[in-house]
Amino acid sequence: MNLPEPASEHLGTVELRIPSKPEWVAVARLAVAAIANRLPFSVEEIEDLKLAIAEACTICIQQGGGGRSIDITCDAAISQLRVEVRDHRYRERDDASATKRPAVMAVEGEGLGIFLIQALMDNLEYNVDPQLGTELIMTKRVGA
Amino acid sequence: MDIKVHVRESDDDAYVVELGGEIDVYTSPKVKDAITELIDQGHYNLVINLEKVRYIDSTGLGVLIGGLKRVREHGGTVNLVCTNPQIKKIFDITGLVKIFGIFDDEAGAKKALA
Repeated sequence: MNLPEPASEHLGTVELRIPSKPEWVAVARLAVAAIANRLPFSVEEIEDLKLAIAEACTICIQQGGGGRSIDITCDAAISQLRVEVRDHRYRERDDASATKRPAVMAVEGEGLGIFLIQALMDNLEYNVDPQLGTELIMTKRVGA
Repeated sequence: MDIKVHVRESDDDAYVVELGGEIDVYTSPKVKDAITELIDQGHYNLVINLEKVRYIDSTGLGVLIGGLKRVREHGGTVNLVCTNPQIKKIFDITGLVKIFGIFDDEAGAKKALA
């Protein structure tokens, strides 16, 4: 499956890397809230985003098996925020270009965290692989 | 990031766990420890007051669900006090409103334990 291109009304991209440890999840949550605050999201929508990003980071930590870091990439557009959350294994694999990146699988629904992200965001695709790493790509549209 | 946990005995033989701050993957173990300690001491009717909680994620929900499962094994229950609309929404989305008794004030939550 091809990943959707960032919206044409793209405002900017913000990248954040946090240690893959529980005490750093709040930093990701607050950073994404600050980014979302630049868009015309309601307070409730920003709260949804905070929880969804925190859940994604938590999944990376829980699946990471001692992972070192988590990359969070936010693509801000006028009408939506697209957030990619990946653990370090995805980055290293991409850097090495040794293996082809698999298509991100559509969610089938497992775990309370995934369930919450699905409920709070307008779109979610993820790939959780114990060997290859964890990747979640989600979008929230303004006023949806 | 902070979590405050305060446990007190109510005058009607229930225990109240008053939480404040943010319950997430980092802070939820502290909440779990407090609830586990009460259950290990034989207290199976609990009120968990979330009025001062600003944020809760799936790990926090997991701790509450785990506590409820354990007290139910002993014929007890867990009632929640929750007034924050965002947190109520999370309980609603996850269907936990059907599993927990959720009340607007502590008096109602304690009364429902009896």
